This record gives sequence, structure tokens and C-alpha cells, in this order.
Amino acid sequence: MKKTPLNQIHRQSGARMVDFGGWDMPVQYSGVIAEHLAVRTTAGLFDVSHMGEIEVSGSHAMDFLQYATTNDVSTLSDGQVQYTALCYETGGVVDDLTLYRFASNRFLLCVNASNTDKDFSWLLSLQDGLEFDDLNIINRSDDYAQLALQGPVADDILGKLTAENLASLKFYRFIEGTVAGVNTIISRTGYTGEAGFELYCPAEDGPKLWSELMSIGQPLGLFPIGLGARDTLRLEKAYALYGHEITSEIMPIEARLAWITKLNKGPFIGRDAMLKAKEAGLSRKLIALTLTDSGVPREGYPVFCNGQDVGYVTSGTMSPSLKKGIALALVEKAIADGDQPLEIGIRKRHIPAERTSLPFV
Amino acid sequence: MDFPEEYKYTEDHEWVLVEEDVATIGITDFAQDQLGDIVFVELPEVGDTLEVGASFGVVESVKAVSDVYAPISGEVVEVNEALPDDPETLNNSPYEEGWMIKVKVADLSVVNELMDVAAYQEFTEKD
Repeated sequence: MKKTPLNQIHRQSGARMVDFGGWDMPVQYSGVIAEHLAVRTTAGLFDVSHMGEIEVSGSHAMDFLQYATTNDVSTLSDGQVQYTALCYETGGVVDDLTLYRFASNRFLLCVNASNTDKDFSWLLSLQDGLEFDDLNIINRSDDYAQLALQGPVADDILGKLTAENLASLKFYRFIEGTVAGVNTIISRTGYTGEAGFELYCPAEDGPKLWSELMSIGQPLGLFPIGLGARDTLRLEKAYALYGHEITSEIMPIEARLAWITKLNKGPFIGRDAMLKAKEAGLSRKLIALTLTDSGVPREGYPVFCNGQDVGYVTSGTMSPSLKKGIALALVEKAIADGDQPLEIGIRKRHIPAERTSLPFV
Repeated sequence: MDFPEEYKYTEDHEWVLVEEDVATIGITDFAQDQLGDIVFVELPEVGDTLEVGASFGVVESVKAVSDVYAPISGEVVEVNEALPDDPETLNNSPYEEGWMIKVKVADLSVVNELMDVAAYQEFTEKD
């Protein structure tokens, strides 16, 4: 199994470890609910070093990325981050990612851990079919450790360890600086819906960055957070997770990701299929549901309308903040846009579920 | 981890406490620890008949759904009505407030086939 540079620290701290797509990762430290609530009220530190980093550079890098990704790369300035996706010609999703612009000829793509090899091969195969002579694509995943520091007091904690001006760092912007003496990319991004940062540093410095943040942060309410709470936190904010809300069979425009799919920016992979699907009328739509009776919706559970199966749950959980079952579900578009009562099938019962505006929390 | 002496245990991590012909049933400290934060409990109804080995209820943590299996056959005479409203009781007090059901045991000899505390402890170390 693959290990992040922080593996020893997790094991020594008594975290419960699981096999997460071939990575030995902490699923929880003290407990999913306590960790979840800590991030919502104070702060949490996540080891997300399993995420992949792919560098795309050269004078053709921007043209290449404009063609390979769904969002509009031309709108980015240096030091800006963009949430975007790689699609197949079918419009289905290869992966979703954050794209960092260091310079007009240097970008870093942060991709899902279990998709890193697939994405890297995909980008290389695209490069093969195109006539861009100044384009370098390098898998830098092993070079970086990545920590996410998230929560209302994240700024206070990071401010104690860096001289960088965090107050002037806006959402979805990044700077290169030092944190506790470690060279770090400080990015004001995250997957929890709280204030906070994603921090990239050289792999060998990961343990030092983690330890310094924990010891400065603990008195301010910083807790280590496992993958269990990472999932409940993102789901309360209705953030998509690859393999659930988006897959090779689901187009971003079906999964409420039209905002990262710039169909008017010019040609890109998947655009033709999506334009065609849009013209014909989309058949499915991702919606948010909250159970009005007790129960926990889970991935794959059916959604019913008047007894008819009209879709399925893509992600579901018991929301630690709301103490209710919440779900994202892909359902027939006409039903999604209507107001007929819906139910989620949980074992033998049908539990009433209310359409909910996003995010849940 | 805590395993009371006077209880009997199953390989599915349920405990059984027999008093006269009524068995109180719940899940063990090991089970609640493995599951993590328990957020939902489904119990049978009073009067239901349980068959040994069949699922009689469901316990769900944030991450997982687990069936709970009947360690013995018999009729359900009481269920812990407070549990569905406070599922975390299973984490906090698996052997006391977290009891799940009481069953009128059909055949008391079956109880002797369950593991005693020493056997269960050994079993959890292997599991």
C-alpha cells in the first residue's frame, strides 16, 4: 500500500487507518462527528498528500489546458486557482481538479489521488494527438506533501507560523512563501466550505509542517481530521466527489457543474457531446435531498416519486451539523424540477425526502 | 476494552445476558468501537419472533451499515425505545443503557453454546 510522508505520525497518534484507493490513510482520529464539528467551530488539519500533482509547462501549456479542461484557463492570472474538470469526448468526466497558474507557461494540476495515474496518461495521450512542440507534462505527485488547514481559526493558526500577508490573500488565490521555515505553496482553497488553506510543501518537509501546525494550533482548537469527516464536511456543502456525483458516465453539466463548463470558450474535449446533449435536453439532474424522517441515505439507494424509481443517491450521510440524513441524488430532470413528493428507498422502507437548496449547511 | 464477566458473546459481536428465561441482547464494546459514531438504530417490534442467526435490527455509523443478528431464537418481549432517538448511547454505554432488545428464550441450552468472556476476548484479538 502507498503511504504519505505523514504515515508514521498518523500511526503513532492512534488514528484508525484504512485502504483508500491503494493508500494507507487515516479515516478517523477521535471520531468522525467530533472531528467534523471541530472543523465547523475551530479548525482541523488534514493530510491530503495522497492527492496528485501534475505540472504542465511550456509556451503551449495554456493552449493545451484550454483544450483539455472544461473551465476557461484564459481568465486566470498568475497566483490564481481554478476549479475545473477533464472530460472525455463523450462529455463524461475523467477527473475534477484544481488548476494553479504560476506563470502563463507554468501550471500545476491538483488531481484526485486514485485518478492520478489515469489523468497523467490521459494528458500524455492528448499531447500525442496535438501539435504542441513546447509542452512538458510531468507527474510531480511524489514531490509534494499536501496539508489542508480548514476552519474559522485557520487564519489565526497559520498567521503564527508565516510572515506572509494572509489577509490580502483572496479566495482561490495562492502565494509561495515559508511556513515554519518550510517552503510552502499557500492556497486559499479547500473542500470543507470553511475558511482555510491548502498547503503544498516538499514531501520530506511534510512531517515538520504538520507538527509545527499541530503544536501552534492545538491551544486554539486545532484537531487532526481523517477522511471520514472530510467526506461529511464536503457533502454538507454539496461539493462533488469523483466516482459519486461525477464519473465517466456523468457530464459536469448534469452534476451542477455548468459553472466550470465554459461551452462558449472555444473547442475543448467533451464540448461537442455536451452541446449536443444540451440541445436534445438533459435527461438527469443532480439534486439535494434532506430526509424528513430518521434514516441515513447512502450511495446507490433508489429515489422514488409516486412509487416510481426516478433516480439514485450519489452520496449520502447523516449530517453531523443538522443531525438529519442528507443526500445528493441524480434524478430524472422533469422530476427534479417538479414539486411532487420524493422518497428515498432505505432497505424495505421509503423515507420522505425534501428537495433542499444548496448547500445543506 | 470492556467485556463483562457474566455476559455471553457471539462471533458477530453481540452480547447476551440471561436472567431466568429472558435474554437481554446488545452489541459489544468492540463492535461499537469498530463502527465508530453510531447515528441510526432500527429495532424489531415487541411480539416479533427471532430465529437464531437472522438479522433482527440495523446499526448505522456515519460510514457503515451493519446488521445485528439474533444470537438465540425467541419472542421479543421488550425493545429499548429510547435507543432510536439517542443512537450514540450504543457508543457510550453498550452494556447498560445501550441494550437493544429482550427476548423470551425458546431453548435455554443454546445459550451455553455462546462464547464466554475469555473465549470472546481471544476472538476479538484474532478478528
